Amino acid sequence: MLTSASRHGLATLLLLVALALLPPALNALGEPFYIGLGTRVLIFAIAAVSLDLILGYGGMVSLGHAAYLGVGAYTVGILSFYGVQNGFVHFLSAAAISALVALAIGANSVRTTGIHFIMISLAFGQMLYYLAVSVSQFGGDDGLNIDAQSAFGGLDLGDPTSLYYVSFCILVVVLFGLDRLVNSRFGMVLRAVKSNEPRVRTIGFSPYRYKLTAFVISGTICGIAGALLANQNLFISPASMHWGRSGEILIMTILGGMGTLSGAVVGSVVYISLEYFLSRLTEHWQAVMGPLIVLVVLFAGGGLVALLAGRRVAGAGSR
Amino acid sequence: MLDISGLSAGYDGSQVLFEVDLSIARGEVVTLLGRNGMGKSTLINTIAGILRPSAGQIRFDGAVIKGLPSYRVARHGIGLVPEGRQVFPNLTVRENLCATAADRFGQTKPWTIEAVLELFPGLSPRLESPGRLLSGGEQQMVAIGRALLTNPKLLILDEATEGLAPLVREEIWRCIERVKAMGQAILITDKNVKALSRIADRHYFLEKGRIALCCGSGALLDNPELRQRYLGV
Repeated sequence: MLTSASRHGLATLLLLVALALLPPALNALGEPFYIGLGTRVLIFAIAAVSLDLILGYGGMVSLGHAAYLGVGAYTVGILSFYGVQNGFVHFLSAAAISALVALAIGANSVRTTGIHFIMISLAFGQMLYYLAVSVSQFGGDDGLNIDAQSAFGGLDLGDPTSLYYVSFCILVVVLFGLDRLVNSRFGMVLRAVKSNEPRVRTIGFSPYRYKLTAFVISGTICGIAGALLANQNLFISPASMHWGRSGEILIMTILGGMGTLSGAVVGSVVYISLEYFLSRLTEHWQAVMGPLIVLVVLFAGGGLVALLAGRRVAGAGSR
Repeated sequence: MLDISGLSAGYDGSQVLFEVDLSIARGEVVTLLGRNGMGKSTLINTIAGILRPSAGQIRFDGAVIKGLPSYRVARHGIGLVPEGRQVFPNLTVRENLCATAADRFGQTKPWTIEAVLELFPGLSPRLESPGRLLSGGEQQMVAIGRALLTNPKLLILDEATEGLAPLVREEIWRCIERVKAMGQAILITDKNVKALSRIADRHYFLEKGRIALCCGSGALLDNPELRQRYLGV
């Protein structure tokens, strides 16, 4: 008899195997176009998983998470603008600058909780959005075209399949790394902070340090997702940093199931697939998507992961 | 080890404690007694750094801890088992214990999870159960184990057996006696005078936020008027 944790691990493994087999399956079906859609799913899955670290495990509801997606993407765009094409420089810079931005924002915002944290994260996110709008040198409101993908020697990110597998590998590393993190002592304290912050203090831990560390790790990972997004679109605009985009990442995380990591991947698969296919059926696709999300939230407290497992609570959302 | 002098504290301008003096020596077990609303939990919260005092001094092991944030007070060696237990519901029993384990003072025989499980054998089969699924007694065992794993110099138990079944209470008292026998200094509040008089060395009585009396267990047991006046029992 498998334990809940074993079932969850097995389901995650099956999900990753399915994602790994997607490009050859699509090629076999003569639908290689959808590899690009799959890449978009993976990129947003990385962003949603990063949000899950602070939302599902740290209890921090961020409405400004897309800011890091934009910072990562703009880092690649601006480096390309100045003729730097080295992929290692692109991705390391995207991660480092996102980490610094997350550190600056987190140092101020993680002192707060609840509605105050939501408002501060929203305010910082929108500040960066308007900063991107105002910098006309890099396209301002119109956005910035990127001449070519990041160069990694023999690896051509211009090839949709290569970009898919690079995104997939990063997602696997992120999932594995964060799974280790949330089950480490650091993760235990972070989850304890989510449940009872004052109590954690009386045990001898400063919740601030734990929350800030998680916030910076989360922002860094989301910045890497932004670098991938810039490589996929070869275009970056302030819209990627708008709070509406943060809301979408939040919905993906909640839809799949907070505090599960793999739930964020499921949420991304479902949200982006529905967005794509519903928008082809009707221009009023949001009118269908909205009620669907409401139904999942109402009838699957632990998100789609818990719903698929046939139970409401599986540690999901409450970890 | 703990020296409190002239301590005053309260909530939002409403003073609850008035010039409290209290001391606890190493290895000593001291109780805080008094009717509901007399300031026992307020005093404990002030010692633990949850509440900032308005006046007075708190020294612990030679250091001034008055006004320090609660996590720094805990790092000085004060382990708190709060009223209501407050086990982390989203962490398993093992995680509740692992998350807090710390040997900050390089003790010769620090508390380990194995030692806590030996003290509370009932927790062993529940190690992988989330805190939210534990009974009140099990939660209290986890709360005490969690505090012990910080290897405190002073263990504070606020309402140690409140809301527990009589058999569970007895088990908790037995465990506290074992911890005392190891030389652990303890400050306890509870309503079970009989058990407290068996375990504790001294008793402080709080009345309307002031220390009204300090006596030994003999005086507490032999003087029904004293119990009636300060405890209503």
